[in-house]
Amino acid sequence: MPRIVFVQPDGSTQEIEARTGESVMTTATSHLVPGIIGDCGGGLTCATCHVYVDKDWIDVVGRREGPEDEMLEMTSEESNEYSRLCCQIVVDSSVDGLVLTVPASQE
Amino acid sequence: MRTEEIVVVGAGQAGGEAVAALRMAGFEGGVTLVGDEPHLPYSRPPLSKDFLLGDVGTEVLLLRPPHFYEKHRVRTLLGRTVTKLDRDRRTITLDDGGSLTYGTLILATGGHARRLRDPMAEAAPNVHYVRTIADIERLRPELVPGARLAVIGGGYVGLEIAAVGRKLGLEVTVVEAAPRLLARVAGPDISAFVHRVHTEEGVDIRLGTTVTGFVPGDNGRVTAAVLADGTTVGADVVVVGIGLVPRDQLAADAGLDVADGIVVDEFCRTGDEAIYAIGDCTRHPCAEHGGMRRLESVQNASEQARVAAAAITDDPRAYAAVPWFWSDQYDLKLRSVGIAADYDQTVVRGSLDEGRSAAVFYLKAGRVRAAEVVSSPRDFGAAKKLVAHRAEVAPERLADLGTPLKDLLTSR
Repeated sequence: MPRIVFVQPDGSTQEIEARTGESVMTTATSHLVPGIIGDCGGGLTCATCHVYVDKDWIDVVGRREGPEDEMLEMTSEESNEYSRLCCQIVVDSSVDGLVLTVPASQE
Repeated sequence: MRTEEIVVVGAGQAGGEAVAALRMAGFEGGVTLVGDEPHLPYSRPPLSKDFLLGDVGTEVLLLRPPHFYEKHRVRTLLGRTVTKLDRDRRTITLDDGGSLTYGTLILATGGHARRLRDPMAEAAPNVHYVRTIADIERLRPELVPGARLAVIGGGYVGLEIAAVGRKLGLEVTVVEAAPRLLARVAGPDISAFVHRVHTEEGVDIRLGTTVTGFVPGDNGRVTAAVLADGTTVGADVVVVGIGLVPRDQLAADAGLDVADGIVVDEFCRTGDEAIYAIGDCTRHPCAEHGGMRRLESVQNASEQARVAAAAITDDPRAYAAVPWFWSDQYDLKLRSVGIAADYDQTVVRGSLDEGRSAAVFYLKAGRVRAAEVVSSPRDFGAAKKLVAHRAEVAPERLADLGTPLKDLLTSR
């Protein structure tokens, strides 16, 4: 199973076995990763699953675009070119080893 | 921190988030989740949209996969109804005769769809409600192209069903008792906007009239709804979406304070120190306008779940989140934030009379208190901040599509 690494703002990390086909948000909430909320369940409505993708991985998972890009304009922690809403990243073998940093807040 | 058994009654959005929030907060004691449906906690919003269309399966609806409950030692008792709450003995009784003793009880009992008081409709196989997976699995086979669908109720649920009906090629009529659609959840401008779009999509909308009865057909089915204005609406299938009734009877029978919802404070505490209540079933303090309110929303359920878990784990923080709501109909993404209850000015951004995107802001004393945004994620994101900050804005700039809303935040 693909493994995903979540890095907290304090530098601590969690490496999690994700399930192919689920969203990275579901991976995170299923393993109680702090700081990933996902209240809308992946509907691009709440923008509370913001993550910063490690720059070496951004071209693998793709960059923000469309409605997701718009939602990222108003996240509680400033978004950047590596920001994604992780409900929009689907787990498959290509993301094995993916490193994501969780922002200090989501609201 | 308490370590004794926590029992959560209700395995919907609120109950599901509560067990997760308790574990996230480091609660190490026993956690049991009791639900009357046979499913692990799942997301209800897709029921009237993608799930009804058949685009997603049951497993996709689950808030968390089955392994979550095993790994985090959450005991689940599904398909079980709680029949009695004995506060003196801190015990609940289940419909199979079993009982559970709790140290802390969280009531997350949600609500049920308000029923028509019509015996014929209650017994008819082609009259439907929308609240559970089972409801949708019963309804879905009836939504066949060319069939006539009568939707009773022009709220979020009714209009989402109407949109799915049109997408699937049915003839759709919506009957709403109020003089406008979405009367309970949106302002008149957005009601008119949504009315226009549904009309453009071919829905026949009947406002200001109620269903007084049905015309019987074969096999107990109904063939038409009879309206108070004397007309009838022919129907092969009827869907009723006339609101939600909070499930507060268990609490009421146990002597807890109930007033169209279980009364709780800003920490989701009932009058019994061992009992909390969260989600659709609660009446709770309104931080925006004062007084007490009941909300039917995913966000409220999740937020109250976290508030209760925080209080139980000795890290209390009062519920202060600004409520927001969403509904998807056709290509429309309806989003609202705040409660448009007390305002002295409305500002329209974009055109309500044409197109598929617009926004309405509700101001009081020049400050943004609520907003409804259609199909603009950018403006909705900004609207949430404007409402949360009660931003003081110039109405003409708010109305100007050339002014990015985020500029209004920074120029406060």
